[in-house]
Parts: sequence; structure tokens; C-alpha cells
Amino acid sequence: MDRIGVFVCHCGVNIAATVDVDEVVDFAGKLDGVVVSKSYKYMCSDNGANLIKESIKKFKLDGVVVASCSPQMHEHTFRRVVEEAGLNPFVLEIANIREQCSWVHPDRKEATEKAKLLVKGAVAKVRLLEPLVREKVKVTPKALVVGGGIAGIQASLDLSEKGFHVYLVEKEPSIGGRMAQLDKTFPTLDCASCILTPKMMDVKNHPNIELFAYSEVVSVDGSIGNYRVKVVRKPRYVDFDKCTGCGDCVNVCRMKGKVPDEFNMNLGKRGAVYIPFPQAIPLKATIDPEQCLFLRYGKCGRSPACQDVCEAEAIDFTQKEELVEFEVGVIVVATGYDLLDPSALYEYGYSRYKDVITTLELERLISSSGPTGGEIVCPSDQRKPGSVTFVLCVGSRDETVCTWCCRVGCMTALKQAYLLREHLGDDVEINICYTDIRSFGKRYEEFYRRIRGVKTNFFRGRPSEVKEKKDGLTIDVFDTMTNKLFEIKTDLVVLVPAVVPRNDSSDLGKILHVSRGADGFFLEAHPKLKPMDTFTDGIFIAGCCQGPKDIQDSVAQASGAASRAANILSKEELEAEPLIAFVDEDFCSGCATCVSVCSFNAIELMKKEDNKYVARVVEALCKGCGSCVAACPSGAMQQKGFKDDQILAVVDVLGGEA
Amino acid sequence: MSDFEPNIVAFLCNWCAYAGADLAGTSRLIYPANVKPIRVMCSGRVDPVFVLEALKKGADGVLIAGCHPGDCHYQSGNYKANRRVILLKELLQQLNINPRRVRFEYVSASEGQKFANVVKEFVEEIKEIGPNPLRGEQ
Repeated sequence: MDRIGVFVCHCGVNIAATVDVDEVVDFAGKLDGVVVSKSYKYMCSDNGANLIKESIKKFKLDGVVVASCSPQMHEHTFRRVVEEAGLNPFVLEIANIREQCSWVHPDRKEATEKAKLLVKGAVAKVRLLEPLVREKVKVTPKALVVGGGIAGIQASLDLSEKGFHVYLVEKEPSIGGRMAQLDKTFPTLDCASCILTPKMMDVKNHPNIELFAYSEVVSVDGSIGNYRVKVVRKPRYVDFDKCTGCGDCVNVCRMKGKVPDEFNMNLGKRGAVYIPFPQAIPLKATIDPEQCLFLRYGKCGRSPACQDVCEAEAIDFTQKEELVEFEVGVIVVATGYDLLDPSALYEYGYSRYKDVITTLELERLISSSGPTGGEIVCPSDQRKPGSVTFVLCVGSRDETVCTWCCRVGCMTALKQAYLLREHLGDDVEINICYTDIRSFGKRYEEFYRRIRGVKTNFFRGRPSEVKEKKDGLTIDVFDTMTNKLFEIKTDLVVLVPAVVPRNDSSDLGKILHVSRGADGFFLEAHPKLKPMDTFTDGIFIAGCCQGPKDIQDSVAQASGAASRAANILSKEELEAEPLIAFVDEDFCSGCATCVSVCSFNAIELMKKEDNKYVARVVEALCKGCGSCVAACPSGAMQQKGFKDDQILAVVDVLGGEA
Repeated sequence: MSDFEPNIVAFLCNWCAYAGADLAGTSRLIYPANVKPIRVMCSGRVDPVFVLEALKKGADGVLIAGCHPGDCHYQSGNYKANRRVILLKELLQQLNINPRRVRFEYVSASEGQKFANVVKEFVEEIKEIGPNPLRGEQ
């Protein structure tokens, strides 16, 4: 290319305040191969785009350099602009003079010099760029949704309503997630299961949804439009088709009442065979192999009681793990959150004192389907508490544990305060130790005002310690509103723990190749404009796996993610990125180094007519990382858009200048 | 030596390190302008020849930054890059070039601060080592 146009963006003052744009324009105009060099206030605006298009036509340009923000922001914009002017979209190079220059180097001279150099490097690369063609790939019009909480349910329903086949994978025996564990929801005090179970039923009944409960995604290959997914269905030891969900087996299990019930936050006990909660979907029994006497010891009384009682003959101890494979075009990840284990904050005594519990545990105590049938009692002695104290921000907004706000803690505590008043009457004393009450959502502030009216004591401060004394618990808290130290005597302490990523989110992130932020939550492609996208095309995130959220935000994000996903599924074909590897057969000796380097089995050896072997790239499988190119000893393997000579041209420019 | 400003070429992978450097920008984290980034799709694309070429042209240091272990967008390109850098350092020693001039780092898309810190540290380190003896030989 020797008719290159350079277009330098001021980006308002974002670039122009630290980079002398005129100097960059002058400098670029004198570079070899550059025939026109211009600047504009906002190159991404219509006027800016027109400036580029007109210049391409007027000066018969064959290559374009745009010096602007990061290519992550506007590379696709300018590719389109270039294409609209009749050029190949790949004869464009972006010089990132904003994120990696003007915003980080306040010294005007330094920033300008660096910008000039980056532009010079980009011009050197464009001189060697070649037009590329985007291949078409067919789209598999199916979706995988990982996680069957409210976000995953919403995304599955939305996608299935649009007519796409959905595989919904949930690792627990039932869908429902965290929301199923809640009694009421703030600020409307809707009964959680009353609004959740109809949606769960819809999932079960929708002809387009294929539910894999008690299953886990173990591998994902491929790329946008065509992901190959492997799912392991764990053995329930109960025949799925035969089981009617009657619960007879649950009642006779010899381990009944002996196994901590995780759905009830270990406050209640279940048996080895169990149905997690009455509204479970699918309503099927599951045998816990860690607890079942027959599966552990090969013997359970004279014969397993569950087997004896099951009229449907559904108990099947021979079941094995089952591997299921399918293809999808997109993936929505909605794996939710964990609560921080408050034992991490030793001073609050969680797990040392029985009457120090978490909000989720209290939720189960309040629930009429919970371990106490809705009786709110102190776990230590089953008596009704005369005083309950909430401690907010346990681990949240704390630089030593979790820096972030859990976004649901304040409202959860306020809601539970209301429910306690409702259940226990006026006699119970309710204290709330808070940092700030964050009632930011729609109708949240009004709810907060309502709770303030029901005789609740607010202490603005983080308690220093929870102590157990003979006659109950005491909490030391310094109230920063009155500047006084209080010692609160109380019967039940409810901790509001931080919301943290699922403990297996690291493993899942690796399976899906989805990045996580420093906090461990899955990372969105852009915090403002692509909150449901990930950096991996075709994979979307929804709900708390992306960061703490309340139910309404999770549902909104799930519908958004489904809509983003449907954009892809509704296309029959996608255009594949052409920046993949290719072989110059004349240089290839058939050494197969590239074959061993490729992680995607995208290179094969092919026998030529003269019985010599050469490497060949399977274009559909190549992801365009370029590892094989770096490994090739003869330079036969190259990457489109990142050929050796193209990169070396930039290296020569950037390396050669002092 | 105090006025020596090193020139550093940085190969940044598109998915992690480049995005991390962008984040440093959006977060307005100031770092020395000595570093000149080159975007590659994966750190695994970085041919040791690129590094040698940069040094031959007079660059005082070369930074290669990719995704954290296990986070590579292409599964394992970052490991390949790291291994190549280890081998390359052996070679540099034989060529009488201080191997500390070449540095491999893991920088994720969320580590703007780490990217800025890495650049600051590396610039200081290269200042300590001094100018590339090959500088100006071209």
C-alpha cells in the first residue's frame, strides 16, 4: 500500500489536551506512503466518518490509519467506514493514542512523541497489509444456559420463547437457585416461591427447553455460532422416567433426619435420598452417594428401604455418570453467587456460637417450608428470640475481605426486620448495625422508611466483636451518629455476609475461556456498554456471576443476555474473523512443529503429489492465536493481518527510535 | 546516566494484557511513556525473532505480556510465550545481552494497575541496566 491516509482524532480534549494533534498530523503527512493526513474533533462521528470516506475517494487511498481510541472501542466502526468507501475493511490499522497514550502520559511532549511513533508504526504495518475475505460460518440455532437460578431460568424462557432450542444445565438436583431458598422478596414482600415456581414450571413444560438438572458442563470447544459442549449427568440412582416424585422413599430412608440439609443451609436434616424442596423441578428423588448406606457399604438393613417402598421401581443403584454432547450457537452463563463464609471474620463468632447465623439461614427459619416450619427460634435452644441484631457489611466494603458492596444486604436486613416483626409481634427487639443504608432501587427508599417506623433500632457502626455470655450474646458497637459505645445484649445475631463468586467459578471460567475480574466475578466486555457480553464472542453473562445484584437486576440482565444471544441465533450465517493462520506450501517442509503446537487440532499434514508432506490449516477450527506461526522454523506458517513482516515492520519503527 | 530514557517495546495480547493496558488508560493511571505497545492476538504469536529484532534495532527492553495461567483465550498460548522467553533468555546470555532486558508478565484484562506497575518497574530496571549496547549500530 502506498496511498495511505492518516486520520487523527482529537476525541474532544481526551486526546488533544495532552497530544499535539497538529504536530502528529504534520509528522504523519511526511511519512513514506502517506498521501493525506488530517485531524477531526470526533473521528467516530458521522462527519469524521465522512471525512475518511471522502478522502479515500478523493485521494484514491489504498490503506487507512486511524489514530484514536483503543481498537477495542472503534476498530469495527472504522472497518465499516473503510468498507463503505469501497476499500477492503482489513487495510485499516488503529493507532491507540488515547487509552495507551494521552490518558496515561500527562507530559505533552512525551505523549506527542509517543503518538507520532505509534502512528508511524501503524503506517509501516498498513504498507504491508493485504485485503482479507471474511468466510461465512453456519450458526447452530441452539443455546446453552449454565445455571438454573432465576437468571438462568429467565434467559432460558426468553430464548425458548423466541423459538430457539435451549439446553439448561443446573448442577443441583433442582432448578430454582438462591431465589428458591428465600421466603419473601424486597421491597414488595412477594412470596419468593409464589413468583418463582410458575417460571420453574414453564421451564419444565416448554417444548424448546431441555433441562439437564444434577449435571455439569465439563468441556466447551468451538467458537461463536458453533460451540461443542460436553455435559456430565450425575447419577441420581433413581430412574428419572419412572420416579413420580411421590416422596415415599424419602420418608423411609434409614438415614432420614441424619444428613445436614444444604437447601436449608444445614439447619435441618434430610435423608440420603431426598427431594430438596416441595416445589423442586424436576420433582425427582436423588440419592446422595456420600450418605447412602447401600452405596457406601453395599448394605442397608436387610434390603434398602427406598427400594422396598418404591412402587414405581425407580431406585437404581447401578446408575453411572452419563456424558452428553451437543452443539450450540451461543452460551449464557448464569451461575450465581455464594455468600462469604463469615468464619473468615473471627470476631463475629460465626460457627463458634450457635446463635450467630446468616441472612440466608434466617430466611430458611422464616420460611414455612423450612426446617422449623416457619418458627423463628434460636438454633442453640429452640426458644423464641426476645432480641435479634443484624450486622451488615460482614466482609463487604472491607479492604481486608471484599472491597465491593453486596448490593442486597441492607434491603435483605430491612425485609427480614419486617418479617420478624410480623412473625414475632411487638415483643421482639430488633437492632440493625449498619455502615450506610443503601436503598437505591425503585421503591427501596420507601421500604426503608417503612421499616424505620416499626420500632427498629439503628446503630451506625460496624460492631467490633460478638461475645457469648451466660445469658446470651453481646455486641460491642460504636455508634458514629451519637458518638457513643453501645453494648447490645441480644439472643440472635444475624450476619449479612458479602456476596462472593461461586467457589467453582474459576474452573468454569477456564472451561468456557471467560475471563474473571480481580474480584473473581466473570468480566463483562465493557462495564457500561456491553454488560452482558464477555470477551469471548457468543458467550454472555447474566445475574450474580457477573457481580452482586438483586432479583430485578438479575432478571433484567438475563433478558438482556438472552436478547443479545438471540441476535446471533437469528442469523443463519456469521462472518468469521479472517485473522487466521495459513501456509505457504513452497516453504513448508512438513516438519509438523505447528501440528504439535496447535491447541485446537486445526492443522493437519497433507501428502502432496510428490509424496512430500505439507501442513494445512483447517480454517473452521483455527482460532487465530498465531502460536503455530511463532513456532514455524521456516516462516511457511503465517497469520493473516499479523504476518511476520507486518509485525516486524512495527517492531523496526518502535524499537529503532530512542 | 540519570537522563537515560529507555525505549521499551511491549507485545500485548489482545484479550488480557492489551485490555489491561486499556483499563490503565480509562482509569487514568499514569505510567512512563517509554513503553511502546504492539498488539498481537495472543502472546503465543510472539516469535523470539521479534524480540531479537527489537533489541537489534536498539530497544533497551522488551516486554511480553499475556493472560494469567489458565486464562489464555487460546488455551495455552501464554505458556508457549513464557517458555519461549525462558529459552530466549539463555540465548541472550550467550549473545552477551543482559537477559533482564526481556521480561514476561501475566496481566489480566482487569489489571490496569498491575500493567502500570509492571511498566514503572521495568523502566526502572532498564534504567539501572543502562542503554542497549546495540543502540545506534544500525
